[in-house]
Amino acid sequence: MSSAHHAPAPGDSLASRLRHELGINLNHCYQCGKCAAGCPVAEDMDNTSCQTLRLLQLERPELDRRVLESEAIWLCLACETCSTRCPQEVEVAKVMDYVREASLALDLAHPRSRDILAFHRAFLDSIRVTGRLYEIGLVADYKLRSRHLMKDVGLAPKMYVRGKLPLLPHFIKGRSGMKRIFQLTLGKKR
Amino acid sequence: MKIGYYPGCSLLGSSREFDESVRALAPALGLELVHVPDWNCCGASSAHVLDHRLALALPARILAQAEAAGLTEILAPCAACYNRLSTARDTLEKDPALAREIEAIIEQPVTGKVRIVNILEVLDRFSDVIPGKITKPFAHKVACYYGCLLVRPPKVLKFDRAEDPRSMDRLMAAAGAAPQEWNFKTECCGAAFSVTRTDLVAKMSGKIVDNAVKHGAEAIVVACPMCQSNLDMRRPEINAHLGADHTIPVLFITQALGLAMGIDANQLGLQRHMVPAVMTPAAV
Repeated sequence: MSSAHHAPAPGDSLASRLRHELGINLNHCYQCGKCAAGCPVAEDMDNTSCQTLRLLQLERPELDRRVLESEAIWLCLACETCSTRCPQEVEVAKVMDYVREASLALDLAHPRSRDILAFHRAFLDSIRVTGRLYEIGLVADYKLRSRHLMKDVGLAPKMYVRGKLPLLPHFIKGRSGMKRIFQLTLGKKR
Repeated sequence: MKIGYYPGCSLLGSSREFDESVRALAPALGLELVHVPDWNCCGASSAHVLDHRLALALPARILAQAEAAGLTEILAPCAACYNRLSTARDTLEKDPALAREIEAIIEQPVTGKVRIVNILEVLDRFSDVIPGKITKPFAHKVACYYGCLLVRPPKVLKFDRAEDPRSMDRLMAAAGAAPQEWNFKTECCGAAFSVTRTDLVAKMSGKIVDNAVKHGAEAIVVACPMCQSNLDMRRPEINAHLGADHTIPVLFITQALGLAMGIDANQLGLQRHMVPAVMTPAAV
């Protein structure tokens, strides 16, 4: 399997890359709409899941780009309702993961996905350093990245008094191994 | 009976009552939990969004650590961990070339011998002995909420029924509860959007809380830290969105079962919830 993050060559459509790299054949989709009907965020999406599949099916660069620039791919929660219910067994959630990665690689992420991306980056940065998620660090890092400094300020003290916010991170022993994992995967894209 | 234990990050922090209640319940059932040595975060809801290989390598290191310790089975109480570990194991099993690539990244072998089980699967094994251990029946109408990650994708997880799971309902019935039929057993709560898109979480979790209440439930029972925190910690936002004042508590299955088995509420971490989870004796 080759990486998802190189720029597509002409004719190298997302659909053909999905076919070759993940064995997902988008032509199996006959647009029944069941994926979007069950999708809990469909009403907030610019393209529903079945519209995304349709855009990709046509294998045209400008339509691929519409998918890569859409907000929908960042609103997908990976709840897998779509993949589970698809009568044609198209793995829609895997398609979403794939196009997100491609969108990031080409720097096409939708402007309104900025906060969601900031969260994921803060999350992964936290575990890269310590090996385990450090929730205070995650939230602090997210606030700095997203500039939503006052978000949930009332929640933290309530969590703290309930013992839900340990002040110190957990450091695992295999931290050099964790660093290596990040360097050899996400590191190439940073 | 010994079993590998992978608590996952949220069970050390925002959902520590899930860990406390699992560890309180284990000895009562004769279950010995053996921690996966030096475990790392599974990458949860973030790794798969940004990098396919990272989303495999992080769980693969956990599987490798468990294998090296001679464990054949790991209990992952967090549904997100359960899902990510199972998905990684399945992907590597089906793609040996990719598995070798991931092994090179983590510098450890992964044979795929370790099975991942969720808390309901483990508790189900004690379904014969649990009824005999119930001293204070959890005599309430409950909505058993499974969320997405315990049952989907079914081809990978091979656990319960994807659309209408029953395992938690059976366990709660054994604990003396009356599980209600309701509509949102496996609907997504909004998961990791809690911080970034609280508006969506309020809407999605709001549907779940509202439906549970409308079907007469007095408590929502869950087996996922994200479901619990979204339905519990985000209750002010949920109620504001619904224009309602829902006070229904959200308990982990291990807490509800623990109470029914006569385990002290504080030992089960009931005092840590945002929506008070003091279960008054119900008229049965």
